Parts: sequence; structure tokens; C-alpha cells
Amino acid sequence: MKFKRTLLASSLLLAGAVQAATPTNEEIWALLQDMKGQMDQVQQQNQELKSENDKLKLKVEATEQVAREANETAEAVAVATEEAVKSAALLSDKTTIGGYGELHYNNLDGKNGASDKKEVDFHRFVLFFGHEFTDNLRFFSELELEHSISGDDQNGEVELEQAYIEYDINQQHRVKGGLFLTPVGIINETHEPPTFYGTERNPVEKNIIPATWWEAGVMFSGEIAEGFSYDVAATSGLNTSGSSYKVRSGRQKVSKAEAEDYAYTGRIKWTGIPGLELAATVQYQEDITQSNDPTAGSATLFETHAVFERGNFGLRALYATWDLEGSGPKASGADEQTGWYIEPSYQISKHFGVFARYNEWDNAAGSSSDTEYEQIDLGVNWWPHQDVVVKVDYQDQDAPAGKEQDGFNVGLGYQF
Amino acid sequence: MNRVIFSIRSIRSIRSIRSIVAATLLMIAFSVFARGIYQTDEAFLAETFKGEIPKSQVVWVKGDLRKAINDILGHRYAGLRIRYWHKDGRKAWILEEIGKDQPITFGIITAKDKVEKVTVLAFRESRGGEIRYRAFTQQFDDAQLKDNDLDRHIDGISGATLSVRAMTAIVTLALYLDKFTSQQS
Repeated sequence: MKFKRTLLASSLLLAGAVQAATPTNEEIWALLQDMKGQMDQVQQQNQELKSENDKLKLKVEATEQVAREANETAEAVAVATEEAVKSAALLSDKTTIGGYGELHYNNLDGKNGASDKKEVDFHRFVLFFGHEFTDNLRFFSELELEHSISGDDQNGEVELEQAYIEYDINQQHRVKGGLFLTPVGIINETHEPPTFYGTERNPVEKNIIPATWWEAGVMFSGEIAEGFSYDVAATSGLNTSGSSYKVRSGRQKVSKAEAEDYAYTGRIKWTGIPGLELAATVQYQEDITQSNDPTAGSATLFETHAVFERGNFGLRALYATWDLEGSGPKASGADEQTGWYIEPSYQISKHFGVFARYNEWDNAAGSSSDTEYEQIDLGVNWWPHQDVVVKVDYQDQDAPAGKEQDGFNVGLGYQF
Repeated sequence: MNRVIFSIRSIRSIRSIRSIVAATLLMIAFSVFARGIYQTDEAFLAETFKGEIPKSQVVWVKGDLRKAINDILGHRYAGLRIRYWHKDGRKAWILEEIGKDQPITFGIITAKDKVEKVTVLAFRESRGGEIRYRAFTQQFDDAQLKDNDLDRHIDGISGATLSVRAMTAIVTLALYLDKFTSQQS
């Protein structure tokens, strides 16, 4: 291009010169020599450019090769790192640790002979340990320290609440053997503090079911249709001998427990609609005194409940009743032990929720005298994190002979 | 006499146990699957893109993106990159999150900043398998991101709190990644 322009300029110059004055042969020769020199220069430059271009091409190819190799190396490093993280996680996931705990402060005034309760108590400190032997065989345990210190003349105790081996029979059914929580009620199996309202667990499940309740035995669990699950268990039984047949005092806690008579439990649960759980449990105790009391005999528990959550609104309702055979329980009115509660709640935000609960229970409902307890709870839960909760609630009791405890409770709980 | 009573009780116990075993076997015979792989990754992608699966793309998890992902999940994300498939404005994500102890694999389709569908591809926990049912997953249909959270309340399943929590977090993550990758391109 440059060469063409030079040639054009020279031609015009030449034409102009011819017009002005005819150049001599020497002048033409000089011009031609000049033009040749310029052409040589252009050729030289062209050669240099070509050489530089070739070098650049080589450089680009080398860079591309390096980039390709770097990309492959990055891919290999990424895959290796991810695999390493995964396999490390799998190894560490074989054994899992979890836990929960709750610190309580009670400020209750006793009336008509009922004692005051003004105390602070680290009520429960719990650790979970689990281990996967294989994909379908696992171990799970729950070890609990109640009331901070255990031992002779101390308030607390160390309890093994769960320790079982679970085996998956197939993809929908499993069987567990060992010490496990009885499949009944709402809080017996799920009682981590951030999952429920109220500092203390509700008195109905505590006194009637009686939560927390665990036994040793065998249990089959699984799904039978979309949303329908079942549990059937054969376990050790209660022993209420020498304790006025009150079911809560019959828990042997699988501690050198008498095993003369067994218990059989069946539960059916439906969770087919999001936010709704409907469940019913029936349990048959062969002899609720482990054959120690000839005036007592078998017993049957029926429990049913509903848990409903829709948007910010929540509702829990539960009914449980015991029917004890024999003249002994009948004489004390303990042949029927019944309770129910209803608990509406509203979650104002992700971090705050309020609740109200009406509870009614009677461990001697078969008697003609007034043995019924009523309790109203009102309170708030504050979750600074979804696994940490602070609770404040007020309780108002109506107890037999006016022996009631009224006041407020404060709790701090966590789970992980 | 005691021995006679014991024998009668033993027979009664054996009968009860037999009934329980028989009932259990009956339930096992008429049951549906609850734990395991419901759909393979390939089958999910083939269904999503009607058999014409596009080449996968990758988001490298670094810098501010890593921080945002950690915030959404509530824990550190262990991977280096996240793979996704993109075609005709629809993106498919295959993501895993731990429920209680085991990872749950989710397949999520996003389009135009919204969730098109969520599917549980594999569930390995022994509790909480109800989250795979359409009755539950349809709560996420058309969900959008609002301040790096879902724009709606998800009704939980009693006893499956951790599985529900994992699913809510992973759908939020898919929406965030959908937005991030759209901004990148």
C-alpha cells in the first residue's frame, strides 16, 4: 500500500516535471534508483513483519497450550480436592455427635400448702452419639445428665435414654433393637428445647403418657403408603407397684427393670399434608405392676394428637388416657388416668413466637373426689438462632384443695 | 399356680408377638419405597431437557459468592464449584445438603428468577422422607428470592424439621445461583 502511494506520487512528480521541463536521463536514473531503494526497504520491513508474525503465532500457540494445561490441572485439582473433602466427610460422618440442653429458672409461689419453687437448674445436658456401621446398619444413643450433678445425696442423675441398633430391612421398613423412646405423644421423641413452646415440658405428657419414656425391646417402623407411617414395638413394661399406680412413677428406665410382663405398642401416623400431623398410639401392658400386686393387672393406653402449622399459625392438641384393670387401681381411682391440652401459637417473625396452652390432667380420674389439675400457660419464645432459644412464660394452676403453684419460668435452650 | 399363670401369660405373649410379626410382614408386603435413590441425575436432566441435555457449565465458588453461599446454607460450603445445565432460559441444578446426618440430593429447575420444580433425587436419612412427596415440594413452585431468602413461608413436616430446613436452604441457593449466573452472562 505504502509502495503504491510512493509510485503514484513519483508518477505525478514525473508527469509534473515533464510538463515543466523534460528531465535528463541521469535524473530519471536517479529517480529510479531512489524508487528501488524504497522498494528494498519495504521488502525488508515486510520480511521483518512476517518473521514477527510467525513468532507471535508460535507464542499464541504456546500460550494456548499452557492455558489448556492450566485448565486441565485446575480441573484435576478441583476433582481431587472435592473427592478428598467428600471422602474425609464420609469417614467423619460415620460417627456423629449432637446434643441439646436447657437451663431453667422457676419463680413459683405455692398456695394452700403447696411449696414455693424459686430455683435455677440446669435441667438437662444431653449428648447424642451415633455411628453408621454400614449403609443399612447404625447405632444411636442419647446420654443425659439431669440437674447438673449426679451421685449419692445429689439432685441429679445420669440417664441412658436411647441406645439402639437400627437395621434397614429394605428401603421402606426398618427394625431397631435396644433401648429406645416409646412411640407416643408429641414431645416424647422430639423434645429439643427450640422445637417446643414453654420452659418446662407440658404437664399432660409428663404426668399421663409419661414423657420422657423409654423401654428396651424391638420395634418395626416404616411407611405403608404416601404420608402413612407405622411403628409396632414389643418392649419391657411399667412397674407401678408400691406407688399408688401413678404411671409416671412406674417407669423402670431399663435399670435392672423387672421383666415379668411386657408391653406392646402400635402407632399410626399421617403426615400427608405439609404442616399437618395426625397420630394415634395404643399400648397394652400385660401387668402394670410386673405381677407384684395381685389386685392390679393389665393396662391400656390410648393417645391421639394433632400438630398443625399453617403460615405463622401453629396448633398442638393431645389427648391421652390410661385404663388400669384390677381392684387395687379402682379403689384409689387410678384405674383411669386422663389428660389433654390444646396449644395455639403464633410466630410473629422468624425470631419471635407467642403461645397459650390450656392443660388438664388427672392421675386418679376414677375417684369421686376432686383430683384434677388445670394449668394455663402463656409465654414467648425468642430464637436468636434457629437452634438456640430463650423462653419466658407464666403459669396459673388450679389444683386439688387449692394446692397450686403459680408464677413465671425462664429458660435458655439449644440443640446441635 | 404361679407356674400355670406364667404359662398362660407366656402363651398370650407369644400370640401377641406373632400378631405383631404377622401385621408387620403384611405391611412390608403392601408398601411403597421411602429411602434411597428415586431418580438418577441423568434421568432428571433427560426429563428436564426432553432428552437433549446441554453441556454442563460451572460456577466457581470463590470470593463474595462463597460468602453468600455460606450465609444461605448456614455453614461452610465444602465444594470448589457448582455444575449446572442451561438451555432456553431454564437452568437445572443438582445440589446436595445434609438433613440430619446424611446428604439429600435435590434436583431444582429455575427459570426467569423463579423455581419451576423441585425434586428429591436421593434421600438417605431414616426419617423425614415425606419431603419427597409432591404435596410438599409443590410449596416451592414459583418461589422467588427476597433479600437472599425465599419469598414465602414453607409449612414443615413434624419430625422432619432438619430435612425441611435442608430443602429450604438448597432451593434458596439455587435461586441465588440462578441470579448470579444470569448477571455473569
